[in-house]
Amino acid sequence: MSKTILIVGGGLSGTIVANGICRQMGTELRTGALSITMLGTSETHMYQPGLLYVPFGRIREAELFRDQRKVLDKRVNFFVDPAKHIDVEKNQVTTEGGRTFRYDYLVLATGSRIMPQNIPGMKEGAHWFYDLDGARKLRAALNTFQGGKIVVNVNAPHKCPVAPLEVAFMLHDFLKAKGVWDKTELTYTYPIGRLHALEPVAHWAKPEFEKLGIKYETFFNTESVDPDKKTLTSMEGSVLPYDLLITIPPHQGAQVIDDSGLGKGGWVPTNTKTLYREGSTNVFVVGDTTNIPISKAGSTAHFEADVAIDNLVSLCQEGTFAREYDGKVFCFVETGLGSGTYVWFNYTTPPNPGPPSQMIHWFKLAYNRLYWLSARGLL
Amino acid sequence: MAERQKIDARGAFCPGPLMELIAALKLGAVGDEVDVWSSDKGSAADIPAWCAKVGHAVVETSEHDGYWSVVVRKAK
Repeated sequence: MSKTILIVGGGLSGTIVANGICRQMGTELRTGALSITMLGTSETHMYQPGLLYVPFGRIREAELFRDQRKVLDKRVNFFVDPAKHIDVEKNQVTTEGGRTFRYDYLVLATGSRIMPQNIPGMKEGAHWFYDLDGARKLRAALNTFQGGKIVVNVNAPHKCPVAPLEVAFMLHDFLKAKGVWDKTELTYTYPIGRLHALEPVAHWAKPEFEKLGIKYETFFNTESVDPDKKTLTSMEGSVLPYDLLITIPPHQGAQVIDDSGLGKGGWVPTNTKTLYREGSTNVFVVGDTTNIPISKAGSTAHFEADVAIDNLVSLCQEGTFAREYDGKVFCFVETGLGSGTYVWFNYTTPPNPGPPSQMIHWFKLAYNRLYWLSARGLL
Repeated sequence: MAERQKIDARGAFCPGPLMELIAALKLGAVGDEVDVWSSDKGSAADIPAWCAKVGHAVVETSEHDGYWSVVVRKAK
């Protein structure tokens, strides 16, 4: 009897799952024993980590985008028709366009989104680089910046957890090359009591910041931004003035998850190892969509997608579960415009970042292009 | 009606128990409680210290077999 795999979400994890299944189940797809459908929200696929380079003019916008139909295997039925209601009891998804899709297996890959509107004044008073429009505006602001107070302001929760540190280091190099670093005061704020969630990264970053003259304030959770007075106030009672505010806004998951009663804030309760939605044995959750307490990062999405592929293929072909996710995360860390390092960890192995080098920076630049092989399921 | 949510952040290196707590409190209503489990002893001290700064109430802190539980009530 024919089986249907339905993937909700066309970002990195959903795309890897779709392409990976096609690579392993060619026979079933050819004979009609299996069909794969993806419901996306856009015709284009964006390489999100590339947004970090946009404000510094270090990547061309065209490099960030591909036609999603060209990234996807041709055997995937792809619809730009966002899910409106996901019914895990009836095994069906209805869409904004009025279609209903039934499934045997469902993959929730609806991702996360920035919510600057959740903090009063942030949308009006801050810049960010977590979407293209924001990155373009920040590029324009940096091009005219001639000195003053910059605040890099990190809010919880957020994806790509090393990006805030990266942007601080890159700002230093950029403004120094521009000749205005001496007239700049850069302050970095972080929600918890150190510079990064990963303790070894925080310990490494602190002396680096001090060496470069980057100030910092920890235990800073933004309560409000005053665009007129150009100040931001924390829940902890601190007030910081700014000339240019670069924020990493708080994130939430997709609205359809909340609307379907599948998880507060758009985060779906997910088994940390099987990646099953809690309470389901035919619903996998991958990428930012899970509520698993690990980094929301592209690599997390990638490694989770690999596990979901193996398990979906095994369930369809062999009727059994294949393997568990071990919590693996890998992140490059740009430590300026010409050096970088990396960090990896899983549920049982703590992170241990190595010394930055030009070579790792080059590898990151190479990965900015290799990404498209990851999305196609080749890397 | 107030809810109690459990976050099992044992072994979570990033974003870690306190960051998970902050994110959960943002989504909750005043009076809701979050029970954070952490295998990191530092969290048992960090979480009450942060709650004292911000004004949330620490309802209970307890040590179990290899992990700590801190229950926090959203106060504002």
